[in-house]
Formats: sequence, C-alpha cells, structure tokens
Amino acid sequence: MTITVLRPGLLMSVQDPGRHGHQHVGLCPGGAMDVVSLTLGNALVGNPADAAAIEITVLGPDLEFARETLVALAGADFEGSIPGNRPVLVPAGSRLSITRALRGARAYLAVAGGIAVPPVLGSRSTYIPGRFGGFEGRVLKRGDRLPLAADSARLARERFASLKHKRDHSVRWSVAALTVPDREPIVLHAIEGEHFGQFDAATQRTFFDTVWKIGPESNRMGFRLAGPTLQRTDSGSRTEEILSGPTTLGSVQVPANGVPIALMADHQTTGGYPRIAEIASADVPRLAQLGPNGALHFARCSLDMAAELRRDLKSRLEPALRGIAWEYGN
Amino acid sequence: MYVEFSRTLDLDVNSTVQRLAKAVHGRALPWIRDVVPAIGGLALHFDPDHEALGGKPLEAAAQLVEDCLKAGLPKEGELVRTIEVPVCYEPQYGPDLAEVAKATRIPLADIGALHAEGEYRVLMIGFAPGHAYMSGLDPKLSVPRRSTPRAVVPAGSVAIANDQTVVYPYAISGGWSIIGCTPLKVFDAERQEPSLFAAGDRVKFRAITRAEFERLAK
Repeated sequence: MTITVLRPGLLMSVQDPGRHGHQHVGLCPGGAMDVVSLTLGNALVGNPADAAAIEITVLGPDLEFARETLVALAGADFEGSIPGNRPVLVPAGSRLSITRALRGARAYLAVAGGIAVPPVLGSRSTYIPGRFGGFEGRVLKRGDRLPLAADSARLARERFASLKHKRDHSVRWSVAALTVPDREPIVLHAIEGEHFGQFDAATQRTFFDTVWKIGPESNRMGFRLAGPTLQRTDSGSRTEEILSGPTTLGSVQVPANGVPIALMADHQTTGGYPRIAEIASADVPRLAQLGPNGALHFARCSLDMAAELRRDLKSRLEPALRGIAWEYGN
Repeated sequence: MYVEFSRTLDLDVNSTVQRLAKAVHGRALPWIRDVVPAIGGLALHFDPDHEALGGKPLEAAAQLVEDCLKAGLPKEGELVRTIEVPVCYEPQYGPDLAEVAKATRIPLADIGALHAEGEYRVLMIGFAPGHAYMSGLDPKLSVPRRSTPRAVVPAGSVAIANDQTVVYPYAISGGWSIIGCTPLKVFDAERQEPSLFAAGDRVKFRAITRAEFERLAK
C-alpha cells in the first residue's frame, strides 16, 4: 500500500504536529509549518490530528496511488487535478497532479490512515537538518514509495461511504482554509522581544512601519525578511554582548548583518542574536503560507492580545472540525 | 516564558539554572512541553490553553518556578555525570591545529594534551541537537571565532573559541577552530537517550591515536 512520487515538488516532506519534550537537548519540535491546515486535512479524511501527511511547498508533485485512497489537500490553493479542502476518493492506480500554488504557499496532502513511516522520538515528522524522521529523514524525491497504513484502502471505502453529502469521488462542500491570505501584505501581530529596547526609537519604528518581503534563503528553519537593515544602537557600552539564550517558534532575531529572521518550525532552540520581537503564536501558521517574496508587516500587540488571537483562531477551527465530523456522521 | 538570572556567564548561576530545570522537569506537569536550561536562565515552553491553567498560563508558570525555588533545588552532586570523550587530536582530524598553534604559540603537538587536561562542564545545549557548549578551556588555548565559518564541519569535530569548547553533533556549518574529532555519536535519534551530553555534565576528553579512532568508529 503505497503512494509513488512520479515527480517531486519543490520541498516536499512527511510532517505531523512535531515532537515536543526534546528542546533541552537542542532538538526543536519541528513538524508542519502550518499546523492549522494539517489539522483540517487530517479531519477531512477522518484522521486524528496527529497523523502524518505530505507537506507540499509552492510547487506540487505528481503522485501515483497503488490502491484506493481517501485524500484531502488542505491549506494553500493549488492548481491541479484535485479540488482542495475537501475529501476526495482516489481510485486504485490513478495519478494526481498538483502543479503550483495560486494562493498561499503550503498545503498538506492528508490520507486516510496517515503516512505510515516509523515514528522517531514520538513523531513521524521529517527533521531535515538532522536527517531523521519522516521518509528516510529527507525531502521526498522521484521514485519514493511512501508507505500507507495496512488498512488504508478499507478505511478509504468505509469513511467515504459514511459521508452524508457526496458526489462521484468527492463531496459538494469544502471547508475554508483558515490561514491562507486573501491579500498581501498580511498583518502579523508581534509582541516586543527581549532585546527590543536595544534598538533605538527610529529602528523600532522601522520594524513596525516596513512592508517586509520573504527573502531568498528562507526555509523551514527560518524566513529571512528583506527590507531595511536593522542595526542595534552602537554607542560604545550600550551595545551589550548577548549571552546565548532560548528561542522559540516565531521569535524574530536580528543577526549582525541587520537582516531579521523569523524562526519557523525547524528553528534552533537557542541563539545569541538579539530578539527584537516575538510573533503571536496564532499568526505563525499564516506566516507559513507566504511564499518567496510574500509581503507582510508587523502590528504591535500585547501578551493579552496574543492570547485573544489564539482564542479567536480556536473559535474558528473548532466549528470547522465539528462540521467535518458531522458530515462523517459523528 | 524565560526566567533570566544573569546576562553574563556565571558558573554558579548556570548550575542553579540546571538544578531548577531538574526540579521543574521532575514535577512532570501535563501543560509543560519543554524545560530548557540556557546559560543564564531557564525557558519554559508550555501549552497556554491547557485546562489545568485556568486561562492564566504566565501566572501559573511563574508560580511553578517560585514553588520549586522555595521547596529547595536538588543538590548539584545529584545531577552531575562525568562523560568521557575519546578524541584524536592528529592534524588529519584537526584541520585548524596549525592555525591555533600559530595564534597561541603552543607547539602543534601539545595542543591536544593541553585540551584533554581541562575539566569541562556543559553550560547549555543549543544551536543543533546535542550541540554542547562547555566551559573550562585553558585560557592559553583561547582563540577568537574564525572570520569565515566553514560550510560543513565533519560530525564529531572538537572545536574551540574564546573560553569554550564544543563537539559538533553532525555535519553542519560552524565557525569554531577544529582541533580534533571524536568517534562517538554525539546525537542519535534512534538511541534511548539521543544526546550524549546534558546541561550540567562534567566532560573529560581523552587523547587517542588514529588507530584507536578508527577502531572505535566502527
């Protein structure tokens, strides 16, 4: 029971919600860049939220399905042979072609029963820098045969049969992608970072006034933000040498070259660069939907507001999940 | 949440941070995801929406730290392990030995012995999985970071910069001066304990020959 990669996409890897509990030995949680879309994808094929799916970035793959499989492509709008954000029953022996992202940058191809690679340290996600997890610890390439659950064909038939409103191989409805931008620049809420005060008032204003672009050399570890360079106040003793400290998903650090880096899923767990801001956790999945040259700006927010944004996201995700469960008769 | 104790390197503070991390970790609370001891402070990563927190995650985290400090931290002796690390300090494995010899005016052949004499302590793990920053480098061996980092440093490389030493866990880019290499696997995700080092460990390096390196590497 496999999916064969006939043509790989740009940066395609197996991901789940990631592995927690190892940051004290320097291993970040990793996992899906847009965990909201992964959650929706899994729900759309009747999986638990922690099942592994294929993360697709900007350019999609051609895939061949050995057996009948229930799939859902959740997240960014991709041009190609399946409609997004809904369950689709793929017949045995058929091919799917997913070409390029029209809106957003990342989508998750979830399959009933999940991608059945062996878990490493409690997760099936690929940690590319460490070359472990996922499928052989690496980005997928032509000819790879991804293992599916032994009962995936049965799950596909049973789950599809239980759907209330269906037509041929799919359904008449879809869910809204909650993280994909309608327009750019997107607004990301950010609280002041630990070293915000080490930048002078003009630089602080620049940080919040600039429309930043996702620069080259951005990857799953971090997005480099192209725009004006940010220099710390450099009046002798005022430039503190920074002791290496902890970082987290959404930290914005500013290395000596002044180009800010927003830390993404595969970030380092500590860093010695000043952290100018921390992006509200609810906004990180939306940042993950920006492709190369995608535009964003920062809006200052408080810790309380960041918590409010998290509740707001939850209040939109939960009804969507309940709606999908209802379609499955649950 | 980050609980900062010091903005400069202080070995006593560093030890307190590690003991506090042990105490917090020992409580095995369901809302705590990660307890990360850094050089001068402790980071707590938690699930802010966990039902046990009643919507007040920061208050709960601060209370937890206070409770642990009040209850008394575990004694240092209870945590300390000593890890022995065999290292081959021959030029084949230490491409920067010649430069270090020139900068420090220590004969190339003596650098390994001087490095292995030191008593090291793991200050923090960071930068990459299993990558340990260790204090205890002899000031005579102090060299600045290289102006141009190497794109790829071989796994197991033992390197120095300023007053610290590191062992690169796998082939990554790095800017420290490489003086040797260990055949041990510093980080192995398939191992019961993936990381060879933990914050607070004492580390002893032991000089080995090339033949011994090759035997141990098998």
